[in-house]
Amino acid sequence: MDWELLRSSAWPLLQGLVLGTIPLTAVSFVVGMVIAVVVALMRLSPVGVVSGAARVYVSAVRGTPLLVQLFIIFYGLPSLGVTLDPWPAATIAFSINVGGYAAEVVRSSILSVPRGQWEAAATVGMDYPTALRRVVLPQASRIAVPPLSNTLISLVKDTSLASTVLVTDMFRVAQQIAAPTYQFFTLYGLAALYYWVVCLVLSTLQDRLEVRLNRYVTA
Amino acid sequence: MTAPLEPTRPLVEVSGLRKSFGENHVLRGVDAAVPTGSVTVLIGPSGSGKTTVLRCLNALERPEAGAVRVGEVAVDFSELPSLGRRAAQQAEVRLRAQSGMVFQSHFLFPHRTALENVTEGPVVVQGRPKEQARAEGLELLERVGLAGRADALPSQLSGGQQQRVGIARALAIHPQVVLFDEPTSALDPELVGEVLAVMKDLAEQGSTMVVVTHEIRFAQQVADQVLFLDGGVVVERGPAAQVIADPREERTRRFLKRLLDPL
Repeated sequence: MDWELLRSSAWPLLQGLVLGTIPLTAVSFVVGMVIAVVVALMRLSPVGVVSGAARVYVSAVRGTPLLVQLFIIFYGLPSLGVTLDPWPAATIAFSINVGGYAAEVVRSSILSVPRGQWEAAATVGMDYPTALRRVVLPQASRIAVPPLSNTLISLVKDTSLASTVLVTDMFRVAQQIAAPTYQFFTLYGLAALYYWVVCLVLSTLQDRLEVRLNRYVTA
Repeated sequence: MTAPLEPTRPLVEVSGLRKSFGENHVLRGVDAAVPTGSVTVLIGPSGSGKTTVLRCLNALERPEAGAVRVGEVAVDFSELPSLGRRAAQQAEVRLRAQSGMVFQSHFLFPHRTALENVTEGPVVVQGRPKEQARAEGLELLERVGLAGRADALPSQLSGGQQQRVGIARALAIHPQVVLFDEPTSALDPELVGEVLAVMKDLAEQGSTMVVVTHEIRFAQQVADQVLFLDGGVVVERGPAAQVIADPREERTRRFLKRLLDPL
């Protein structure tokens, strides 16, 4: 264990985390959630073509490796004439991936809200979008928080794959320092520790959010 | 635009309702009329179609045939499929807006306070000013005996209180008719009275009500007309005193006997 190297690497890795890993996670998760809600609503549509398209999307995302999706977008699309920089390519790939997984979470959460809530909303005059926004999604969100937290925590760690398409995230910084020094254990161990801390913080936030969202359930 | 109303024209009219769930023919041609300011009680064994009739009045169910008119809004359900999905839904929404509904298991919005449950329709859907809706909401809560519980969440209320909030919520949209779907069936026996008292009070103040219930004493005291349904048809109808105290049909008599003397 090279303690001097560990000390001197702490700051560059932290920079990689704050400037690379965290923004990549945050943007991909937000865009992914927008995709997820749209795809979930499409899957719930009574129009066969619409729900079918959503089903194919979810199936394709879940049925192929994230690394392959990332490579298709960054290395594959140029042969179709679409060349993307590392950052946009990674963001698009992760957003699409999160969208596919989270869509199923959002869909099942919406379905878990009792039918009577839709009916009650209808009888006070709400149309479908209003009932969804004012009555169903607030209740579905309570159910969706634990599984979506899983998705988010997985995403934090999955962003390390972005290093393979030249994004300077934390893991790529660690690789760059490790390569000339051969101190793989030190650098990758430190990176692992940073990932872990971020995930611990997210877990804590999840617990607080669950308490907040659950307050109306128990008397 | 609208034809002049005849003084005798009922507020609610139902004709020829037919509805089946798969092979199960729940309604086999139901007709009914509800005069303005009157209370109609639907009774009948489970599976008789009484709840389905109620849910057709506000298009929560779509019958295959038949027509419903509430006030000036009429929907001919056999025509709906030919209108296209959007137009059909709009027709149903228009019909639904004429009535308020109280559910058996209240279906209050659990994430909103009692007052918010009541003001949700007026503010979000009807676009009334917030302050005005709040003031009226508080008045409605007072009317159902819950003046002090405006800020309570549904989970903090008893079953009877929840149901009374449900009644206030149904009234808040200024419906022409209030529909009650077994409003006391899910309640502990000692809580039934407080809900029926509120309903009786509403009736005395002239609300038009259609009530599906097994509370025979409520029907006797409050109903202007009672409809006994069985097997998807109205078997017997008439003034409450007659249908309940002196039923003409054998099926009505058997049903009432079972209800009043279950052992």
